[in-house]
Amino acid sequence: MATAVMTTLDPKSRAASRGLSDISIRNLFIIPTIVFLIVFNIFPLLYSLGYSFTDFRASTNAPANFVGLANYRALLNDPFIWSNFAITAKYVIVSVAGQVLVGFGVAMLLNRAIPFKGLITTLLLLPMMLSMAVVGLFWKLLYNPSWGVINYVLGLGNFEWLSNPDMALYAIAITDIWMWSPFVMLLSLAGLSAVPKHLYEAAAIDRAGPFYTFFRITLPLVAPILMIAIIFRTMEAFKTFDLAYILSSQPTTEVISIRLYKMAFQEWQTGMSCALAYIVLIMVLAITNIYVKYLNKVKER
Amino acid sequence: MAAVRTSGEVALNRVAIVAVLLITLIFLAPIYWITATAFKPRNLATTIPPTVVFTPEISPFVKLFTKRSQLREAPSPEEYEAAPWWERTIMDGGEKVVRSGRGEVQLSGYPDRFMNSLIVAITSTVLAVGMGTFTAYGFSRFKVKGEGDLLFFILSTRMLPPVVVAIPMFLMYRAVGLNDTHWGLIILYTAFNLSFSVWLMKGFMDEIPKEYEEAALVDGYTRMQAFFKVVLPEAATGIAATAVFCFITAWNEYAFALIMTNRRAQTAPPFIPSQVGSGLPDWTVIAAGTFLFLLPVAIFTFLLRNHLLRGMSFGAIRK
Repeated sequence: MATAVMTTLDPKSRAASRGLSDISIRNLFIIPTIVFLIVFNIFPLLYSLGYSFTDFRASTNAPANFVGLANYRALLNDPFIWSNFAITAKYVIVSVAGQVLVGFGVAMLLNRAIPFKGLITTLLLLPMMLSMAVVGLFWKLLYNPSWGVINYVLGLGNFEWLSNPDMALYAIAITDIWMWSPFVMLLSLAGLSAVPKHLYEAAAIDRAGPFYTFFRITLPLVAPILMIAIIFRTMEAFKTFDLAYILSSQPTTEVISIRLYKMAFQEWQTGMSCALAYIVLIMVLAITNIYVKYLNKVKER
Repeated sequence: MAAVRTSGEVALNRVAIVAVLLITLIFLAPIYWITATAFKPRNLATTIPPTVVFTPEISPFVKLFTKRSQLREAPSPEEYEAAPWWERTIMDGGEKVVRSGRGEVQLSGYPDRFMNSLIVAITSTVLAVGMGTFTAYGFSRFKVKGEGDLLFFILSTRMLPPVVVAIPMFLMYRAVGLNDTHWGLIILYTAFNLSFSVWLMKGFMDEIPKEYEEAALVDGYTRMQAFFKVVLPEAATGIAATAVFCFITAWNEYAFALIMTNRRAQTAPPFIPSQVGSGLPDWTVIAAGTFLFLLPVAIFTFLLRNHLLRGMSFGAIRK
């Protein structure tokens, strides 16, 4: 039934009669991957969907009891979970806004004849390729109030970064901005270099000011690619775990992934954590869907 | 940007160049600091003002690889003479290497974790890129019913937060005894990278003209032969770039490794932070471990520089 729709090359051609048919090759190439992903990605999710309706605790041998929607109801009524989401939202906004400002700013600076531009771009990309957990750990040394380099260079004395509940989340966001604004920069640069030069020339002839040129020419033309960068980084910042977990154990930095981790692997509330995982999953899928729609739109241009 | 004409624009350009150089230095400073700390004697790692000029030494790396104990008193000249050259570097700092009864040097946990990282990252990369290449070809060349939905499904499996996937995987692995094994991590990383590999490879496959294979088919090749002899060589650059991306992702991964392993199969990312623990950590040792761990990725970043953009944006931008 399904195979009828999937003809490819002209079936009467000589090629189709030799060796494996195109349809069997296509199935041979695609099906193992789909099966692999179903077994190791979809099946576990169904497994945890089941557990999300129970009071199962993986630390005991007690059998799981079906509790219906009680876990979901408890979670959605739990003010602490909402504060975890609020912390996550604050983190996403600060970190993505910082990355866009720094990344787009540097891209504007780089979008001209600059000596060693290729080398500089590659060097700027280095931070985002490194392990967040391992490099993040080292920022603990940089942020140290008594002998950290950051306080020394900025002349901040013994300013507390990570041990200050009001500052810790910003400190984590700063490290994230350091790692990921080059990503925004790289995408913006690709967008900027695609803006046709004759538009700028026309603006110059019309004696348009730099602000007019920026807001009426540069920004609208770069916007689609910038949007891709923003959605992508929003998705990643929403999921953030490594940096926040490594750098701080303050309650004010407990983003939703950390709450989920603690609930599942420290408090062993397995059933409840499966329900929370599903709430997070639905949110992530919603952002992913927006991203993919946008991606396809940009690709079509 | 418009061509530089007026003196005002020349000045602006100079300001921009200075600003770019300054920003580059700021961005590289933390990486420089890791590298510098990895070659410092311990007493210079946490000084005020920070030590910038110092005589580099390799004692942090000696400490990184060995089990050590504190020397209660300065080593006797004979003891010092008898020690191998690398051990003397840590004797100056008041430590010595722990040896077994037979005099063999006891290693720290680091070399094992580094090996685990290599085993897991390389195996999962080979699997993900291997399967991904075939699947990408399938999607690129043949009509597949519901192709858009399938590709979205493939992509979305990668977008989930690791902890969400880790909860059921942990329970399933516990049931079949895959927790804290290489294969447990390899399967997870393969699944994680496979979706990425399919997306990226599909982009590369789309760029190889169909006419190449069609010419081969006319010449009497089977479709399979055409794939192996014509398409794969053309896709070599794409395969290499995808492989490097998958390797880096698996190499850097932290959350799954933290949850799924604790000793036997533990990789370096959860191990290095666990060294900080309680008390005053020796930051030179942590920096040395970090430096060695980051080195392969830094090298790969340079090799990959022309494909980075495409890989990082899931093929949204091709360059």
